[in-house]
Amino acid sequence: MTAVDTGTAGDRVRAPRVVIVTGISRFLGATIAARLAATPGVVRVIGVDRADPPGELRPLLRGVRVHRIDLAEGADELVELGAEALVHLAVVSSPDGRGGRAAMKDQNVIGTMQLLAACQQMPSLRRLVLRSSTAAYGASFRDPAVFTEETEPRATPRGGYARDILDIEGYVRGFRRRNPRVTTTVLRFTPFVGPQPDTGLLQLLAQPVVPTVLGRDPRLQFIHVDDALELLYRSVVEDHQGVFNVAGPGTITLSQAIRRLGRIALPVPEGILQAAAVYGRGVNGLRSLDQVDLFVHGRVVDTARLTERYGFTPRATAEAFDDFVRAQRGDAVLTPGRLAETERRMLEMIRTVRAGRVS
Amino acid sequence: MTVPELADEFDNKVASGLAFLRRRLSGQYRVDEFGFDPELTEQVFQPVLRLLYRDWFRTEVLDVKNLPAQGGALVVGNHSGTIALDALMLTMACHDEHPARRHLRLLGADFVFKLPFVSELARKSGATLACNPDVERLLEADELVGVFPEGFKGVGKKFTDRYKLQRFGRGGFVSAALRTRRPIVPVAIVGAEEIYPLLGDVKPLARLIGAPYFPITPTFPWLGPLGLVPLPSKWLIRFGEPIDTEPYADRADDPAAVFNLADHVRETIQGMLHELLELRPDAFGP
Repeated sequence: MTAVDTGTAGDRVRAPRVVIVTGISRFLGATIAARLAATPGVVRVIGVDRADPPGELRPLLRGVRVHRIDLAEGADELVELGAEALVHLAVVSSPDGRGGRAAMKDQNVIGTMQLLAACQQMPSLRRLVLRSSTAAYGASFRDPAVFTEETEPRATPRGGYARDILDIEGYVRGFRRRNPRVTTTVLRFTPFVGPQPDTGLLQLLAQPVVPTVLGRDPRLQFIHVDDALELLYRSVVEDHQGVFNVAGPGTITLSQAIRRLGRIALPVPEGILQAAAVYGRGVNGLRSLDQVDLFVHGRVVDTARLTERYGFTPRATAEAFDDFVRAQRGDAVLTPGRLAETERRMLEMIRTVRAGRVS
Repeated sequence: MTVPELADEFDNKVASGLAFLRRRLSGQYRVDEFGFDPELTEQVFQPVLRLLYRDWFRTEVLDVKNLPAQGGALVVGNHSGTIALDALMLTMACHDEHPARRHLRLLGADFVFKLPFVSELARKSGATLACNPDVERLLEADELVGVFPEGFKGVGKKFTDRYKLQRFGRGGFVSAALRTRRPIVPVAIVGAEEIYPLLGDVKPLARLIGAPYFPITPTFPWLGPLGLVPLPSKWLIRFGEPIDTEPYADRADDPAAVFNLADHVRETIQGMLHELLELRPDAFGP
């Protein structure tokens, strides 16, 4: 986890002519690929995924050449494409149904190894951008409240995703040592937030009743998906060597998030959540140990380095989350409007009763 | 004529109470990156603690002027009392007696953050884990940070050892103050030793429940939950003169300098304790 940071700020700005984007069958990959394809100076964008992009993303991918490759089985056919930049987004945070956790690990860890092996054989490659996660910090009650990029995890995390992230970052560090001419950017994202509930965490929060850990109120951080895209884009067209925490400054607690959404919290003892995640199908959508750990310990990161080197401050966590809240308001039980109305009525009632008594 | 005024006051209270509930229920409040919830602390925790602070322990505070009105400072105190009520009373002293109504950010042992409920309350009331990255971050953000370097050795000591400062550990708190160039304010707390006089410690039971000690006091466990009521001792808290760390700022990694300064702080607090005890001849006096 040691982050060596000798890189200069993004001053050498020249868009790469050929870019490979992995993970384009998902929103983030498709959107960044489309934006790169529209960038002057970028001649070709090659999208890679093991699955076909779903229908709604296809319009985005018109200017993108799509290769259907399972990275875990080798990425040799990417070598001869003359890529100058590679954006690796094919890292998944939860099993997607096909093959479960084993397939997820194959895709994350083996896929990254194969991809990096291919990268070593690309003499034209100048930039490598990795989508990582703040799950890299693990989760322990001995953790400092705020993680900087230098913080080491206290112990090997028990969550599969967190372990994958540690492995992937390890391989990328090794790649970087062997290939100093390639600018390597590792972006440790906090969970994404936007109007759509399209991540596991947001789907969990969008339910009417949200499972929480009894006696814990974790601090959460989010990055607005638009800001995440902007930072990914800048990482491809500018030079930003090093590891960066990517998060909206500040924090909201889980209870605050649930209240803002007008949902209802269902506190469950940690042991039950844990057992249900390991041996069963989870509790009401809370399925993985990664999620249990997040709901016990919370996670807040320091973003000073990102702000300084990119000259860009993402919108604050609370503000980014409110974008999601506004889009989900239809299903809320307790809305600020209803609460304010109740408050007004109660005050009026008290005044009427008191006025009656005084006169 | 006084009736409408009284009514106004009552109405205002009800209105502000309802507004508070609405803000809480809709999540419209701020929490800092350590999890500190100032509104909850001021509106809910402090009114409860104030009953203990003012009415039960009759706390008197001396030389609160030694606490800086702004900027970061490390407040270092003696620890005692079986349950760390002295830390909570010190936060009340900083908030209620100081004109700037400052919040003291406490540092807690790791087991505080291991326990459900306790960890949640600790973070919401502004505490964080006693580790150098957190201390330095808080000091650099110009917060007042409260630390009890004796740790469990202080809280869990026998009644016969009362007001004898225990060892100060590795002095990590000193290096944090040096590195951030913030002053150290020594503070002596008298009164906490008598709230749960610790007569014995049942080690096997402690190990069984994973606690650092299992206390036997004159009332606990004999009286059951009633034994948890602290004895109403008289409390005095004195803030000592701030110790400027600027002259040693570049020696944060020098163990000799750190130990020396930690020793100096310890002796200052011990001296203040003796003075305070003379001011309080009767532990349960008025």
